[in-house]
Amino acid sequence: MPIARAAITTTRRAAVRLGAVALTGALLAACGGTSDDTSADGAGGEVTLTVDLFGSFGYKEAGLYAEYEKLHPGVTIKQTDTEDEADYWKSLQTRLAGGAGLADVQGIEVGRIASVAQQQSERFEDLRKYGADGLKDQFAPAKWAAATGKGGEILGLGTDVGPEAMCYRTDLFKAAGLPTDREELARKWATWDGYLALGKQYKAKAPGKSAWLDSVGSLYSIMIGQEKERYYDASGKLIWEDNPALRTAWDHSVQAAQDGLSAKLDQWSPQWNQAFAAGSFATIPCPAWMLGYIKGQAGEAGKGKWDVAALPGGAGNWGGSYLAVPKAAKHKKEAYELVKWLTAPEQQARLFEKQGNFPSATGAIAKVADAKDPFFSDAPIGRIFGEAAKAAPVQVLGVHDQNIAQQITNALSEVERKGTSPEKAWSNAKKGVANTIG
Amino acid sequence: MTLTASESPAPPRPVPPPARRGSARRAWQTFSPYAYLAPFFTLFAAFGLFPLIYTAFVSLYRVELQTPGEMEWRGLGNYTALFGDEYFWTSLRNTFTIGVLSTVPQLVMALGLAHLLNYRMRGRTFLRTAVLLPYATSVAAATLVFAQLFGRDFGLVNYALGLVGIDPVDWQNGTVASQIAVSTVVIWRWTGYNALIYLAGMQSIPHELYEAAAMDGASRWRQFFHVTLPGLRPTIVFTVIVSTIGATQLFGEPLLLEGSISGGISHQYQTLGLYMYEQGWGFFHLGRAAAIAWVMLLLIVVIVGANALIARRRSRKEAGR
Repeated sequence: MPIARAAITTTRRAAVRLGAVALTGALLAACGGTSDDTSADGAGGEVTLTVDLFGSFGYKEAGLYAEYEKLHPGVTIKQTDTEDEADYWKSLQTRLAGGAGLADVQGIEVGRIASVAQQQSERFEDLRKYGADGLKDQFAPAKWAAATGKGGEILGLGTDVGPEAMCYRTDLFKAAGLPTDREELARKWATWDGYLALGKQYKAKAPGKSAWLDSVGSLYSIMIGQEKERYYDASGKLIWEDNPALRTAWDHSVQAAQDGLSAKLDQWSPQWNQAFAAGSFATIPCPAWMLGYIKGQAGEAGKGKWDVAALPGGAGNWGGSYLAVPKAAKHKKEAYELVKWLTAPEQQARLFEKQGNFPSATGAIAKVADAKDPFFSDAPIGRIFGEAAKAAPVQVLGVHDQNIAQQITNALSEVERKGTSPEKAWSNAKKGVANTIG
Repeated sequence: MTLTASESPAPPRPVPPPARRGSARRAWQTFSPYAYLAPFFTLFAAFGLFPLIYTAFVSLYRVELQTPGEMEWRGLGNYTALFGDEYFWTSLRNTFTIGVLSTVPQLVMALGLAHLLNYRMRGRTFLRTAVLLPYATSVAAATLVFAQLFGRDFGLVNYALGLVGIDPVDWQNGTVASQIAVSTVVIWRWTGYNALIYLAGMQSIPHELYEAAAMDGASRWRQFFHVTLPGLRPTIVFTVIVSTIGATQLFGEPLLLEGSISGGISHQYQTLGLYMYEQGWGFFHLGRAAAIAWVMLLLIVVIVGANALIARRRSRKEAGR
């Protein structure tokens, strides 16, 4: 788990530096007496900025922190990272309620941004205070609007978006006698039915115990990402139960489960992580940010075995994030400067080239149009994800998006792993959502 | 008690000190116990009593973590809603079944282990200390290791089962299988602890009883049933009560098995403690979570009360014999 290890080493190094800072401070105070005020926290002084994130933002891996520290002498960045966003959100909410223990910069997933903008605007800094209004033209309008509070507060700056594609293992495809060319595959799985049909072909000649797909939960998530309205309509009314688009995604996922196409893994679980290197599945629906995750889990041994093709059934968006500064942060001004720099087009473009997180800054999208990734067999990821980002629908976001999605994927997992009947699972999902929201 | 007290000699009286200093000392003697106890009661009030009462207060409202300022009076609504809540009953049932699955084997094994440790043998002290080691391990570390062992695809347990021709078991998603997995962690952690308590109890049984039994021709096995077990009764009652309370509050093991606050995709191993956590810190319904906390408290009081009642009736019957 390179991500976790990276987090630990960052912390340790930061701790060492922190010790050095404290020592220097003490020495300065001893030499200069009371007249020396410039060494205190503030402009030009030593500042340790804490950044608390989930999943893999990839800033550290792409060397962006190191560069920022070089550009701003005296600034030290300390990152903590939680793998599962659901765990991260729980702990963030607890700390926000207590008003303590918060980092200077907190990551917010797009599925949660509605909750921040509609319910918790008083807990985060309004970035207009630091002049964020001037950045509006840098970002895609929908990305910007979602993080704007009722009174026009700017509560976070967009990092990446999650245009969707399909990642697959060329070596497993070859072994099963399937074509490996990404253009040919994109034609074959132009529709989701085509994708499932290809899955059945794969299953008939699958090498080892490998499955076609990692989990039906990820299939559902990627399909629902292709829809404009998912759980709420534009007026904020809950519509998911009667949403035909959601039902289509559900039905296809049930079909995949019943055809035995899935490796029955739980996304973000340790077993799922192990399966990347073990080659337990041949395809995985991948939003752009998943590329970095695949690289991290599959390791150097996976290089060149993976490829990326256009998604069945058209373009969509899954995830993407924001960086926000909580009111209880210690160094708000410095935190904003860091957020502004990390989300600027140049940095977003570099992050995409190194880690795969697709930029939400419009200026960066043009910059990365020609990007290719050797890990993914030199797939033209700039073009594939760029086209997907352009064609993806602007989604209606709701306060409980993430919680509802979790209940639905849970119910789908019951069909997948326990053979629960789809009708029973659907009623379980309904009960689960009522219990979550009520 | 009263008998021994009247028989023992009265404590020697100190020589009365001069009067003026005496009143100060007497005042100190009267009040100093309170001063000594004050730190405990302060801590208890802050971290025991206040949370208890505040939880009761919160349980009468609808409160969300995101908007703690907006409290909406619900009366007993949170409690009555629990009775119609399918997940509450599921978690109550799971708490019970996991409790039985973990407590019964744990105590039986602890008894056997204590019996073995009671023999004279080489390295007895080492073995007695060694059985306590799992108890000293953190729940998180132990559960994470067990979660790896019980992995479906790459777990050691399924690998071993495969060697003897048994199909892999889904230790996470099967209802019975997942509850066995959770219980295993509990059993592993607590068997040694209970064995040591039994051992202490066994050592207080007079040796003459065993000699007499042996003289009457009782085998080791019969000695165990007719001397050891009756002699251990108070100890067994104690361990049953403590284990029951522990089982009712079970939380860390089911939470960390998969890191799922729902106790699996179908709530198949969600305990009451975990359901409370899911409501409070997963869905942020603080009022509902507080109501579950109080129901758990009442449940434990009822169970312990029933336990004490049964124990007392038995001992009275014994005395009457």
